[in-house]
Amino acid sequence: MIKSNESSQIGYITAINGSLIIVKGIEKQVKLHDLIIVSKQNILGEIIQIYNSYAVAQCYESTNNLKLNQEVISLQEPLSMELAPGLLKSVFDGIQRPLNLFDKKLNSAFLQRGIEIPSLSRTNKWHFIPHKNDGEEVEPGDIIGSIQETPLIEHRILVPINYSGVLSFIVEEGDYTIEEEIYRLKKSGKEYSLTMLQKWPITSSRPYKERITSEEPLITGIRIIDLLFPIVKGGTVAVPGGFGTGKTVIQQSLAKWCDADIIIFVGCGERGNEIADVLKEFSNIIDPKSGRPLIERIVIIANTSNMPVSAREASIFSGVTIAEYYRDMGYDVAVLADSTSRWAESLREISGLLEEMPAEEGYPAYLPSKLSSFYERAGKVEILGNNDPKRKNLGSLTIIGSVSPPAGDFSEPVTATTKRFVQAFWALDASLAYSKHYPAINWLSSYSNYLEYVAQWWYERDIHWPEVDIDWYQCRAEINVILSRENELKNIVQLIGEENLPDDQQFVIFIGKLIRESFLIQNAFDNIDNFTNINKLLGHTKLILLLYHQGQELLTQGYLLEDIKSLEVLNDIRRISHTIPNDQFDKIEKLKNKLLKDIQSIKLMYSGRKKL
Amino acid sequence: MSVIYRNIQEIVGPLIFLTNEHDVQYGEIVKIESEDGKTRSGQVVKMNEEVIVIEVFETTQGLSSENSKIFFTEDTFKVRISENDMFGRTFNSLGRPFNIYTKKILSTDIISDLELEIYGAPINPYSRDYPSEVIQTGISVIDGLFTLIRGQKLPIFSAQGLPHNKLAAQIVTQARVLTEESFLIIFCGIGIIEDEAINFLKAFRESGNIQNIISFINFASDPIMERLIIPRVALTTAEYFAFEKEMHVLVVLIDMTNYAEALRELSSAKEEIPSRKGYPGYLYSDLASIYERTGKLKGKKGSITQIPILTMPNDDISHPIPDTTGYITEGQLVLNRDLNNKGIYPPFEVLASISRLMKDAIGKNTTREDHADLSSQLLASYSDALEARDLLSVVGEDGLNYDQKALLDFGDDFEKKFLNQGTSENRNFNDTFSIAWEVLSNLSRNQLFRIHQEFIENYYIP
Repeated sequence: MIKSNESSQIGYITAINGSLIIVKGIEKQVKLHDLIIVSKQNILGEIIQIYNSYAVAQCYESTNNLKLNQEVISLQEPLSMELAPGLLKSVFDGIQRPLNLFDKKLNSAFLQRGIEIPSLSRTNKWHFIPHKNDGEEVEPGDIIGSIQETPLIEHRILVPINYSGVLSFIVEEGDYTIEEEIYRLKKSGKEYSLTMLQKWPITSSRPYKERITSEEPLITGIRIIDLLFPIVKGGTVAVPGGFGTGKTVIQQSLAKWCDADIIIFVGCGERGNEIADVLKEFSNIIDPKSGRPLIERIVIIANTSNMPVSAREASIFSGVTIAEYYRDMGYDVAVLADSTSRWAESLREISGLLEEMPAEEGYPAYLPSKLSSFYERAGKVEILGNNDPKRKNLGSLTIIGSVSPPAGDFSEPVTATTKRFVQAFWALDASLAYSKHYPAINWLSSYSNYLEYVAQWWYERDIHWPEVDIDWYQCRAEINVILSRENELKNIVQLIGEENLPDDQQFVIFIGKLIRESFLIQNAFDNIDNFTNINKLLGHTKLILLLYHQGQELLTQGYLLEDIKSLEVLNDIRRISHTIPNDQFDKIEKLKNKLLKDIQSIKLMYSGRKKL
Repeated sequence: MSVIYRNIQEIVGPLIFLTNEHDVQYGEIVKIESEDGKTRSGQVVKMNEEVIVIEVFETTQGLSSENSKIFFTEDTFKVRISENDMFGRTFNSLGRPFNIYTKKILSTDIISDLELEIYGAPINPYSRDYPSEVIQTGISVIDGLFTLIRGQKLPIFSAQGLPHNKLAAQIVTQARVLTEESFLIIFCGIGIIEDEAINFLKAFRESGNIQNIISFINFASDPIMERLIIPRVALTTAEYFAFEKEMHVLVVLIDMTNYAEALRELSSAKEEIPSRKGYPGYLYSDLASIYERTGKLKGKKGSITQIPILTMPNDDISHPIPDTTGYITEGQLVLNRDLNNKGIYPPFEVLASISRLMKDAIGKNTTREDHADLSSQLLASYSDALEARDLLSVVGEDGLNYDQKALLDFGDDFEKKFLNQGTSENRNFNDTFSIAWEVLSNLSRNQLFRIHQEFIENYYIP
């Protein structure tokens, strides 16, 4: 945030209640959501209600030691994000205060109030390469030049929204700070001087040309997601789960392995140690494609549970605003928000202080509209600006929000409301987590509305095994059928015991178990198992289905179930996930041949042992 | 203490209301002197041009609108801390040394100029160091399956009638770090009954470890406001010793249910809108402001580890108190009534328990190379064993195959030998691992699918 000190409006405090203050003297001038600076202690706040004779503001920091009648200065602008090179690798709080710089400047691990540090460094020089020449005409979204922000990501400097005209000046290639003039635009006789730094208010979404239906999946490397419950780039998904069901591990796996270009990780009202974990892990993990640490594509927003709640409320919108900025450069961006329930609770807390009439469970009645204004900012879009060979003219923003329902009860207001605004739902299940089945995504209660959208994409990337000549979409359907049949049959087993089922049904249970244990269970901390690429995924799936088809055939021909169950190749299939690396697809094909050979040998060797 | 008020407008529960005639600070501490000579303290929690609302930390009984003098201290709530004369002593909610048998404040107050604000500033998440060193509690199930890490907050979910007090005392007396660094335990009793408090102190004294323990005790009969203060007093002390004096501090808070109930009582006195079960909507943030005062900092040697212990009302793990706690802490240890009835101590429901930070902290250089595999195998096999037990009751022993029968034996042994342990039995990591391999010997090698082959070769007892 930058203070604009011109023509400040000054009021004074007339009441304090927790993080809320009542201000008189500026109620006629301020606009809703304008920022204020409270007292000489420099506490930042935001106007949230305006009445005839006073205004109500929430403070982003503790109000301790404030007194009545202390001055309140209106900054006459809403909470905005600073957008410029330097965002990546940074750690911000919910209102974009740079936590990494705080640590250095204060020389203390504890956060103090009223400290003013610009969100992005003003002294750091960036190597700017111009893409345009004097005299060219530009419009919003055009690339003026670029900066290698990190070795992984090129930062494209765009003409800000609301600016256009003829370039009357542009600097030469060289090193500049974000506040130095790098170009001037002339329009209708006026000349505007522009820098790399732009600002954008967090509550309004950045404009684009038009919205596009996304048909490309966001590959996550998590098998159950990529096969059964895929999402698209630009999609929305909610991940609800009680405590201990592994929400955070899933969020972190996604941040590490999903194939978005940029990750915005919003730690919203969660644990401080988790942020420390993310920082440590992401600095150590190397991106397989580029050989660079993953942290170089990440912006972290950390407003942990013990930090002020008003800033927590802002945090998810701050995150999505930064995401839109990178989307507008033509990138695929994913926002991981952990957890939206804590965000909703911050709404409830503030609403409670305001003594508003509550709707369900104390949440304010505007919870749904606030939630939708977050999730609706996701999408794949055609971005502003003229076509530029240096980028796609498409960008996408995917939102993955975890939800922490009290007592794991999915009927509570935040989960139920979120379901209305997302297209995919990965339901985490406590009983799976208790039996150490991770990721604990329940395959019966989860869903994805993106199946048809991504089917074509997968069809084009099929591995074409003549023995299992079906594509991703059909594979998925078959696996699904086996799992739900297994579930039905298990209820019967509870009553009569597994031995009393006919062989073909026992075989379904057997394959169901194989799918669960070798395919759905995935170890996020194993070096091979943590990420499964699409070829390995398809190979693994088809291998299981091949076994299923061949086994069924054998059973109908009268061969014994025990012989199929004791096939030696099964042990190898069970271990595919953590023994065969992604780049050794030929090993999976070898397993396929071994399976076919083993089945052939059952037919030859044991043909005498057929059931009569 | 410049300003003195004489007129209280209203007294409602722990709240008093004054006409606003003075320039007070928000959060300021006030002293209230009543005619009977008692001095109470309180804090400004709400103010506007007409009224100041004060929360009184001690009881408001005996106050009337006429008989009291109110002083504004122009200061916030602080606790006195001394580097030298706190060890082995017992303090009340406000940080004054006292005798728990007579409940009298001792005349020998600690001598120190150091006074610290009890509502500590939040730790910058960027400045945290990710916890990765172990604490040995000497209890197999914790050390083996849910290892406690320095800088972790790992609560114990108990219920009335379960032996959480014994367990707390055992942890406090046995816990140690494996290095030679100095280790301090802060015991904080919140709303505990007098018998319990006396038993705790007795256990600490008998352990011979009392010089490493600082106790803060708030009795069930003390005013509720003190329950809201005491964990913060204890944690402020902990922060001082951890981050100024570079010690490893383990804070045991018992019982957080009493804390949450005090918070609810205050909230209802303030006429706030309740959320679940009458608890205020900010229960999560408030508990977080306690639990998050845990961890390690970059560039500092010390650490704060928390074991909050709470009793689940009606054994209900989905009750707001355990539920919110579980969302904030890094794992949980759950006690189980059935196991307790079977005579197993400590009666841990291992499948509902988890320690989130152990994965990076255990292994070859800290505990033992086979630790991670062992704990994963024990949990997986115990889960299978429980399934086999269910099956046994349906189909009978004849319906079980060889593997399932082996699982049944394993399950019994696991409960009797691994879980079960004496209340003063102190097992080190190696003892725990030996017992683990012993109970795993019930299973055949190919049932140990979560253990690397090399460890099976080394440790498996056929």
